[in-house]
Amino acid sequence: MTSKTLSEAQVWQWLEDVPDPEIPVISVVDLGVVRDVSVKDEAVRVTITPTYSGCPAMSVIAMDIETALAKQGVTQLELKTQIVPAWTTDWLSAKGIAKLETYGIAPPQAAGVPKRCPHCKSQALEKVSQFGSTPCKAQWRCTDCLEPFDYFKCI
Amino acid sequence: MSQLFEFLLRQGDNALVLGHRMSEWCGVAPALEEDIALANTALDLIGQTQLWLGYAAEVEAAGRTANDLAFRRDAYDFRNMLMVEVPNEDFGRTLMQQFCFDAFQVPWLTALTASSDTRVAEIATKSVKEAAYHLDRSAKTVIALGDGTAESNARMQTALDYLWPYTGEIFADDATDQAMAKAGVAPLPSSLKETWQKTIVQTLSAADLTQPDSTFAHSGGRSGMRHTEHLGHMLATMQVLQRSYPSAVW
Repeated sequence: MTSKTLSEAQVWQWLEDVPDPEIPVISVVDLGVVRDVSVKDEAVRVTITPTYSGCPAMSVIAMDIETALAKQGVTQLELKTQIVPAWTTDWLSAKGIAKLETYGIAPPQAAGVPKRCPHCKSQALEKVSQFGSTPCKAQWRCTDCLEPFDYFKCI
Repeated sequence: MSQLFEFLLRQGDNALVLGHRMSEWCGVAPALEEDIALANTALDLIGQTQLWLGYAAEVEAAGRTANDLAFRRDAYDFRNMLMVEVPNEDFGRTLMQQFCFDAFQVPWLTALTASSDTRVAEIATKSVKEAAYHLDRSAKTVIALGDGTAESNARMQTALDYLWPYTGEIFADDATDQAMAKAGVAPLPSSLKETWQKTIVQTLSAADLTQPDSTFAHSGGRSGMRHTEHLGHMLATMQVLQRSYPSAVW
């Protein structure tokens, strides 16, 4: 790190480039797990909140954040985990939601069911399972194009 | 041993033991979707265990960690209710067991979100979202299987008859419960029996299952006085690594 003062905005920007390990099209910032960044002199504190309490990706996310900031020259990093307020899908960024759908994952809906098939946009859908490949997703299928897809659970 | 520590062990051990039982289905569940669902549910429960036992270890302040509490205690030190430690037997019993637990856990954690102990309230706030999702699934699956074929209905009834005598322990208040209620940490479990009963009656009726008449209740899990013979076998599997290679880490 040079003598240039490090800003919080700069750290947020770096974190924007840290992908979610399970859904790499969105960043940990898009996912809403980064709750706060504070910088005091050269010391950086990043507060993260788990999506699901047992999500195995959380330790990878913490490691990825550490690695990414270390690469940028941050030597004093404190990674704080907080569980309240509890993570909610409302914290997904608009950009993240759009990227999810393009990637083939139906974004969360307040109604608790996906709005449309992320592939063909049909609304003829059926649930396959309430759980999917990660704790944050469920499995659905489109009865028009017949493609199965992940639905990001709304919590 | 402080009453708060005792209370936290009960929360953590319920989640840990049930979570381990669920994880035993990994790779052998009747359908891929169910396999994934059970593994995910187990994951939520183990995550909640880390929060509860992590706090328990802090309260105990004896230098132990959540991992020590999970992997270095013997059966008589566990404080889970007996219902969560019985063997899986078949998919029907597993789902019935989860349903009876979830039907209590949702109103219980909801009440704990208003706990006078901030940490307890925080853990409950995080966990109740997951528990609500679990209940939605376990209730629907109990209905689907109960109201399914003659075979699935009979298996669900057998599961219910087997588990029923274990449900009474959930609501049997003891000195720890009284102390927690007095301190505003948690309500008396007995105060939630009516809410639980309502969920049970509604679901069993939709599932075409009959609630057993018996009021006999096994006890001894929450106090640690008398666990079933099944817990020791489960711990032997769960703890083998830490017992063989103490302090091994990833």
